[in-house]
Amino acid sequence: MEMVKLIIDGREVEVPVGTTIMEAADQAGINIPRLCYDPDLSALGACRLCVVEVEGNRLLPASCVTPVYQGMVVKTESDDVVEARRTILELLVANHPLDCMTCDKMGDCKLAEYCYRYGVKGSSFTGEKHNYPVDNSNPFIIRDLNKCILCGACVRACNEMTGQDNLSFLYRGFNRKATTAADVPYIESDCVFCGQCVAVCPTGALTEKSMAGAARRWEVERVRTTCPFCGTGCNFDLAVKNGKVLGVLSNPDSPVNQRSLCVKGRFGWDFIYNEKRLKTPLIKKDGEFVSATWDEALDLIAARFKEVKDKYGVDAFASLSSARCTNEENYLVQKFTRAVMGTNSTDHCART
Amino acid sequence: MAGLASTFGSGAMTNSINEITTDAELMFLIGTNTTEAHPVIGYKMRQAARNGCKLIVCDPRHIDLVDEADYWLRQKPGTDIPLLNGLMHIIIKEGLEDKKFIEERTENYEELKTIVETYTPEHVSELTGLSVEDLYAVARLYATTDKAMLFYTLGITEHICGTRNVMSCANLAMLTGHMGRPGTGVNPIRGQNNVQGACDMGALPNVYPAYQNVTVPANKEKFEKAWGVSLPDKMGLKIPEMFEKANEGEIKAMYILGENPVLTDPNSNHIRSGLENLEFLVVHELFLTETAEYADVILPAASFAETDGTFTSTERRVQRVRKAIEPLPGQANWQTICAMSNAMGYPMNYKSPEEIWDEMASLSPSMAGITYPRLEAKGMQWPCPTADHPGTGFMHKGKFTRGLGLFQPSDHIPPGEMPDEEYPFLLSTGRILYHYNVTTPYSMGIQSVWDREWAEVNPEDAAKMRLETGSQVKVTSRRGEVVTSVKVTDRVMPGIVWMSFHYKETPTNALTSHHLDPITGTGEYKVCAVKLEKV
Ligand code: SF4
Ligand code: SF4
Repeated sequence: MEMVKLIIDGREVEVPVGTTIMEAADQAGINIPRLCYDPDLSALGACRLCVVEVEGNRLLPASCVTPVYQGMVVKTESDDVVEARRTILELLVANHPLDCMTCDKMGDCKLAEYCYRYGVKGSSFTGEKHNYPVDNSNPFIIRDLNKCILCGACVRACNEMTGQDNLSFLYRGFNRKATTAADVPYIESDCVFCGQCVAVCPTGALTEKSMAGAARRWEVERVRTTCPFCGTGCNFDLAVKNGKVLGVLSNPDSPVNQRSLCVKGRFGWDFIYNEKRLKTPLIKKDGEFVSATWDEALDLIAARFKEVKDKYGVDAFASLSSARCTNEENYLVQKFTRAVMGTNSTDHCART
Repeated sequence: MAGLASTFGSGAMTNSINEITTDAELMFLIGTNTTEAHPVIGYKMRQAARNGCKLIVCDPRHIDLVDEADYWLRQKPGTDIPLLNGLMHIIIKEGLEDKKFIEERTENYEELKTIVETYTPEHVSELTGLSVEDLYAVARLYATTDKAMLFYTLGITEHICGTRNVMSCANLAMLTGHMGRPGTGVNPIRGQNNVQGACDMGALPNVYPAYQNVTVPANKEKFEKAWGVSLPDKMGLKIPEMFEKANEGEIKAMYILGENPVLTDPNSNHIRSGLENLEFLVVHELFLTETAEYADVILPAASFAETDGTFTSTERRVQRVRKAIEPLPGQANWQTICAMSNAMGYPMNYKSPEEIWDEMASLSPSMAGITYPRLEAKGMQWPCPTADHPGTGFMHKGKFTRGLGLFQPSDHIPPGEMPDEEYPFLLSTGRILYHYNVTTPYSMGIQSVWDREWAEVNPEDAAKMRLETGSQVKVTSRRGEVVTSVKVTDRVMPGIVWMSFHYKETPTNALTSHHLDPITGTGEYKVCAVKLEKV
């Protein structure tokens, strides 16, 4: 692989030909701010927050789309660069609700993070603000386009990760909008509710409904696990607060799916809190189920299984294990069937 | 997955999911509606197709991926073997087979040649309804592409000839040498999250964990020694046989963990009568399911969020499940099974799921090298025989698990039940995106949007019967009847009705066939005859 050497903020960095300035900086541990850039999506160079100064170049190029060359000298935080970034942020903030204190994305919002970093408190630009109705049309995603910074990550995610092509930019100028094909609420569109748009949105424009008002991002514990629905084996994090699951968050380290999920994996988890969940053992008495303690239930089971085994022999018992349950549970079921009940009659519905 | 096991020596997906976007040059899909049944794999297929990877879709139904496909072979339901034989016929006639691969890595090629000889393009066209030109084009494209991945799911297996269908897929891949390299292989995408794991763990009547046959004395001795008991010599019963014997009064007691055969198994009335006939039934479940209604004792189960453990995905990847919250019923399922065993007088005193895994791994050569710490980062794909083995992304490199790959050709086997005058429609069943079998209807969010069955009916048939989207129909087969809403769509061909099976209000499996694949005992969910009446 052909390598080139360049200087970023006074440090020599060596990277393969074709690397962008942003990637080279990332490798060197230098963080260039970015809003529209996403490592899993095509580079757009639209937000211009990642501009840097390159010696011999009068313009400030966007580092996410500019390849490095041998001997390049880059400054990522020069006065001009910082000035440019402030202006961009001020323009964004001028048209932003600034209701951060009640925003669910607070603590995980790129806009807020960079405003903090560059000391942008408000905006000297004043002008018209959007007043879009919040799209609350579906049970999964809240879409508040007043908080949209038009980074286009959701559009690219819909197109490049899921391939659903449901989102695009509509209208021009001030009215430009990242929205569904006919600018209808998600529920009326071709949306399949994979939620990839939510996973990539850098602001509070797209958020998980289940987490609305329930927790700030720094309050949730993330427990990485594996999806319980289909055999693809997607990983994700369960967002937990006070012993309760609040939602599912993408985990970029997932070996198969990275941040992609489908509607079941991302939004189907709430079956665990369905009010119909059984919480205690039940014993049928005169055709009715009656609550019982674990000991009562287990004693009864042991007595009746023994009785069947003694009276009819080992061939009178069979078990069904489950393709929904863990390996460890399955191992125990077959061991129980074979070692305790004395039969190999154990199976599971391979279909389910 | 018996078809693959006897062909290659292993029934699992041969290659890995990510090879779709990193290696494959062609994807051949038969009987898999991937974007709905396995969405994230479907996304990858779509990405690959848009980046120039060729896509061939064989499906009677207009599934989403048809829109990305280079070729759509819309065969008549139940004609997969003639389709595959027809492709092989052309490949051999045109000399496009991989002679070196056949010579070095396979056996029984002569029989394959003899059988597919009679499947001329014209004959196959008649049986399948496909054009001769398409058959030629697809055969040539598949055979001449270097890296081609073949995928299938229940659209192939849920037939009376399911095992034979699978073998025919394997024949096609071996004939063209599309095996044992990245971006190739025969890839059954397993349905439920842990079907692969349930099989790997020996939740099957014929094998111990890691597919060690129960009738081989050395295996039995090994497990007897490890478990400190004497074990049965003979093979156990498969599900259909269990319910057969329950109906006959020979099976008296059952323990059912996390399954709802009344809703998911074919010919559900037969399942119901079997359960009714038991003297004692224990169901270990999250919800009071249709099956649990028949129980004498119900044990409340813990969900995936409430337990530690592992699932094994379709690509043989063992991955961690981690406990996020305390079990709602107070204990995890592994603890309940241990308690049950202890109450029976056989001690099971594991301290954690990890300890259970370690015992299993110590008895299972293909997983012996997998430990919980090694699973932390990215999970691991078996075979992984030793602690320093990196796991296996694609199998059968240089040599099949069974040695030589075995061609097992088959003639056309028509479905067990076809439409006739009384039952003029062909009913096919499958999954929809928004539900996964029987758990998702308990998701308040999902259920609030997709709350009922929509039977798909072709516009031609709908016009004849004056049906429109939203009409209610009674669907009747020789075994039962259900009522459902109708969706008029040309996703299905005339004469075909397509339904899912996720809703207890419309228990589709009251209709499905009693015919089984004689080898696996899998029900013929994909084809049965029904009639429709507007209600
Ligand atoms: S909704 Fe979010 S992801 Fe989409 S363009 Fe706006 S800020 Fe970017
Ligand atoms: S998120 Fe969707 S595709 Fe991924 S494992 Fe879960 S059900 Fe399957």
